[in-house]
This record gives sequence, structure tokens and C-alpha cells, in this order.
Amino acid sequence: MDEKKFQEKIDKEQKIEPKDWMPEGYRNHLIRQMSQHAHSEVIGMQPERNWITRAPSLRAKMILLAKVQDEAGHGLYLYSACETLGISRQELVQQLHDEKAKYSSIFNYPTLTWADMGAIGWLVDGAAIVNQVSLQRTSYGPYSRAMIKICKEESFHQRQGYEIMAEMAKGTPEQKEMAQDALNRFWWPSIMMFGPQDSESPRSGNAMKWKIKRQTNDELRQNFIDKTVGQAEVIGLKIPDPDLKWNEERGHYDFGKMDWEEFWSVVNGNGPCNKQRLDHHRKAHEDGAWVRKAAQEFAKKQLTN
Amino acid sequence: MTEKTTVWEVFIQSKNGLAHKHVGNVHATDKIMALENARELYTRRNEGSCIWVVKSSEIVSSESEDSEAFFDPSNDKMYRHPTFYTMPDGAKHI
Amino acid sequence: MNSLLIYTLRIADCSLVLGQRMCEWCSKGPTLEEDIALSNIGLDLFGQANGFYEYASKVDGNKSADELAFKRNEREFYNFQISEQKNEHFGTTMVRNFLRDAFKYLFYNELSKSNDVTLAALASKSLKEVKYHLRHSTNWVIRLGDGTNESNSKVQQSLNFLWQFTGEFFEMDDVDKEMLNEGIGVDNKKLKGTWDKLIIDTLNKAKLKKPEDGYMATGSKKGIHTEHLGFLLAEMQYLPRAYPDAKW
Repeated sequence: MDEKKFQEKIDKEQKIEPKDWMPEGYRNHLIRQMSQHAHSEVIGMQPERNWITRAPSLRAKMILLAKVQDEAGHGLYLYSACETLGISRQELVQQLHDEKAKYSSIFNYPTLTWADMGAIGWLVDGAAIVNQVSLQRTSYGPYSRAMIKICKEESFHQRQGYEIMAEMAKGTPEQKEMAQDALNRFWWPSIMMFGPQDSESPRSGNAMKWKIKRQTNDELRQNFIDKTVGQAEVIGLKIPDPDLKWNEERGHYDFGKMDWEEFWSVVNGNGPCNKQRLDHHRKAHEDGAWVRKAAQEFAKKQLTN
Repeated sequence: MTEKTTVWEVFIQSKNGLAHKHVGNVHATDKIMALENARELYTRRNEGSCIWVVKSSEIVSSESEDSEAFFDPSNDKMYRHPTFYTMPDGAKHI
Repeated sequence: MNSLLIYTLRIADCSLVLGQRMCEWCSKGPTLEEDIALSNIGLDLFGQANGFYEYASKVDGNKSADELAFKRNEREFYNFQISEQKNEHFGTTMVRNFLRDAFKYLFYNELSKSNDVTLAALASKSLKEVKYHLRHSTNWVIRLGDGTNESNSKVQQSLNFLWQFTGEFFEMDDVDKEMLNEGIGVDNKKLKGTWDKLIIDTLNKAKLKKPEDGYMATGSKKGIHTEHLGFLLAEMQYLPRAYPDAKW
């Protein structure tokens, strides 16, 4: 098996499985992408779990807890798929703690009000869905199957967020203001979740050639914006972009300039919650060390008894 | 930090009568934990009536470089499929 | 307040308060798998609470389930004091849950035979869930008790502290007696023998010592709690209280 045969498989839309030959570059790209995807799910639990204890009704509480729990599950599917490439979960977690691996920068923003739960479900999960639907067709078998499983679960996430926003937008004036405020804070970070513009994206070439990535950042971003504008209009909230306008010729929405300086600044560690998110993850891990050790000791004892 | 946990492959039977299907893996230190973790991760949406967990190290897999020798020979034995045979018109229940 | 309402609220409050504690574990579990398990327990508990609050709402005839959960104050809550105890470390959580799960398992088993059709149905459903919870907490108490010296020491301390809250399980006040007489409620005292056996059996496997019966906390049936409940309710009830006219 060599590079030529490998590329032929890719071009024929065949899946690559764990025991197949693959170029080192393909393996490394996947490890980085899948692990960062997994880390994002897990770190992504934090901004939302903040509000579970303060959810304003029994129903809202259960739904939010179920949603955040799903994110943990998604993290597990992805770590599991990533491990098929010959790296352990422990190594991956270590990379996260050593800041050698990243996670989606959207989770470096704080959740300040209950309406943020609506904004995150609607916009952040919405953006994730656009990305993940596309990734269902990724060339690596385990990643593709994980994406299919995740997509099935993800649409409830977006619906619960949108439902929160819709209810608040037609509620009391304070609720509507809270919802609009959340939309104002999460809109731009959400559309920047799709990553740098295509012109600035260094690794895209191989990712597209190897069909790890099926659509470009800009294509996915446009897809998301086109879907979401109408949703905001239906519930009577205003997207904070004065340049947002339907372009009849293109058949898409034109939108305003994104603040890439802020984006890169946050990605590189200067966001409101970067330190807090990692500290939280490290602390949970350290606090659990004695438990994991005890479980291992107990298991060993069972073998010798 | 070099903790190592055991990885277990998970197979779920979604409904009585169906075969167990591989759904992914879980980490656990003992078999009871493995079963429970599998239940938590893979059956939250009513997807299970029975769970099997097997240590990943126990799984024996065919190798991809053997796949031609293993699987191609069965490709040209169409006489194993009922569609290979033309039955006389009028013959029933066969 | 009528006795059936109080009886139902006691059960609902207990599930709600422990549910609150369980969801504090979200994103803090010792493993990601265990994080999901703890959330599932939380979801079961909230589901139970919701079921019992819906029934309480019918019995009350006035307040909705959410109003009962979010608008009553500290002295109007009737959960066992053990449910409001803090999670502390994972061992304390598992021991707390274990002691309570064992009781609830026996309690729901009896309540599922209640003359009150709704309570019986709610109890049957809850019984399935608490069976799993008990299995889960039992296994962890054993792993931690018979794990390392450190883990054994930690959970022994948790057990020593939490033991004082187990007396409340077996109390029978006037409301309990009235419900029992009507064939609706459970004879809590009768459950003690079996509960003791369940506990001892697990503690032995876990190489843990059963604490001596000393001071036993009491009072939750009359809305007397530990200082923790106030903080828990303040956090939980904040939004509906801050926005009284809002629907969520």
C-alpha cells in the first residue's frame, strides 16, 4: 500500500479504516483535528453547566443537564475514534493540559445570563451542526461514524437553545432584552467558529485533498449565516451586523467584517475564560486522581483473588 | 501523568432478536464499571436491551494486508447466491 | 396543609435537592464516563421530583409543580438532611448516595404497593431507577473502601460524618402514621432491619467500619435543616424569584 493507492481510495470515496496504510501527514492531521474536536466538546460543557443549578424551571433544568451530558458523550465518541490512530486518551488529555492541543475558542467566552443558554444552543450548536453534517462524509471511517452518531443527537441541542430564545423574545421586556443581549455577544464569536477565511487557512490544502474536510471554512460559514438569519427574524431578534443583507445575485447573505484580531488574540490565550477553562479541567482531573487510583488497585485485587 | 486504563469495546443489542452491534469503546478499570459506563454512554436514547463489553486487547482482527487473500476469493463464487440460478417458469416455493 | 400533600412533598423535595447536588458534578467527574453516570443519576432524580411535584400540585389544587419547587422557602422544604449535604469529594458523594439509595430502594418498594394509585405508580418507576443508583453507589463504596489506603481512609471519614443523618430515614411522625393507617404510606421503622443488613454487607466488602450510633440529626419533617439548604435554594430559586412575572 502506498501513497498512490491510498489517494485512489480517497478519490473513490472509500473509507480509510484504522488498520489501513496512511501517510504520516494524514494520521497526524486527524489526530490533531479529532482530539481538538473532542477537547472542544468537553471544555464546551463548562460554560453551560454553570447554569444548570440556576435553570428557571424543572423542565429547563433537565433539558440543559441532558444536553451538557450529551457533550461529554460526544467527547467520548471522539476520543474513542481518535484512539484508533494509536494514541491513548491519557496522552491526549496531557496535550490539552500542556496547552499543546487547542479547543474551539468559542468556549473561552463567559455565560453571563440564562439567555446565554439560548444563544449557545441556537448559534454555537447550530454552527457545530453545519460543520458536523459536512464531516459525516469525512474519509476516515471512525471519524465519519462518530459524526453520524453526533449529528443524530445534536439537533435537539439547537432546538432547546432556539426554544429558550423564542420564549424570552416574546416574554417580558427584561427577558427580551436579555435574549437580545446574549445574541449581541455570541453572534460574531459563533460565525468565527468556522475558522479563518479560506485565504488565510494554511492546512486546508491537504485536508481537502485527503477528504478529511469536505467543504471550506467560508462555505460552511455562509451556509450557517444563510440558515440563521431567517430564524432570528421569526423570533423578532436582531443580528448585530449592520452590513447583513440578502444578495440576490449571489443567492446568499452578505455580511460584515469579522474582527480577526480579537479572534487570534482569544485563540492564543487572551480570552476572558481561557485560564479558567483549563484550570477547571486540570482541577477535575487532579481531584479525581485518588479515585482512579483506588479503582485500579481494586481491579488488581480482583485478579489475584 | 501516565495512568493507563483498560479499553473495552462495546456491543449493543438494540432490540430482542437482533444481533449485537459494535458501537465504540469505553474506558473502565473492571468489568462491572465497563458495563455501567457502556450503559451510560451508549443507551441514553432507548437504544439498548443488552450490552456486551469485551477488553479491546481480546479482540482478534483480520489484517488489512491480508484482506485480498481473506475476502477476494469469495467474490467469484456467485453460485453461492440464489440469484445465480434460473428457475423454470411456474415453479413455486423455490 | 393536608397530610397527603406533605407526604408527597417530602419525597419530591428529597429527589430535587439531591438532584441539585448531583448536577454540581457536571464537568467535574473523576472520569468522563463517570461524569455522564452522575448526570444520569441527576436526571433520574429530577424526573422523580417532577413526577411527585406534579402530583403534589394536583393535591394542592393551587400551585404548579414549578411554584412548589421554586417558590417555597427553607422552612417549607421537607427533604432528608442527608440529601442537602455537600458533595465534597467523590467518596463523600458516593457514601451519601449509598446510605440514602439503600433506604429509598426499600421505601419505594413498599410505596409501590400504596393504596394511592398515583404514588404507587410513581414509586414503581422510581424503584427501577433507585435500583440502578444503589448498584452504582454500592460498587463505588466497595471500590473506594477496598482500593488504596488513602481511599479507604477518605471514605471512612465520610461515613463517620454522614452516619448521623441516617436516623431520619426511620422516623414516623403524625403525618407518616396517618398515611400508614390509610394504607397510603410506608412504615419506615419496619425498614430498618433490612437496611442495616444491606449496609453491613456492603461495608464488610468495602473493608469499612460501621460507625457507632451517636447523635442523630432530626427535624427535616418539620422543615428544620442544616445550613446548606439555604444556599442551595438561593442558587436554585434565583431566576423565578428575580423575575416573578416571567415564563420560561
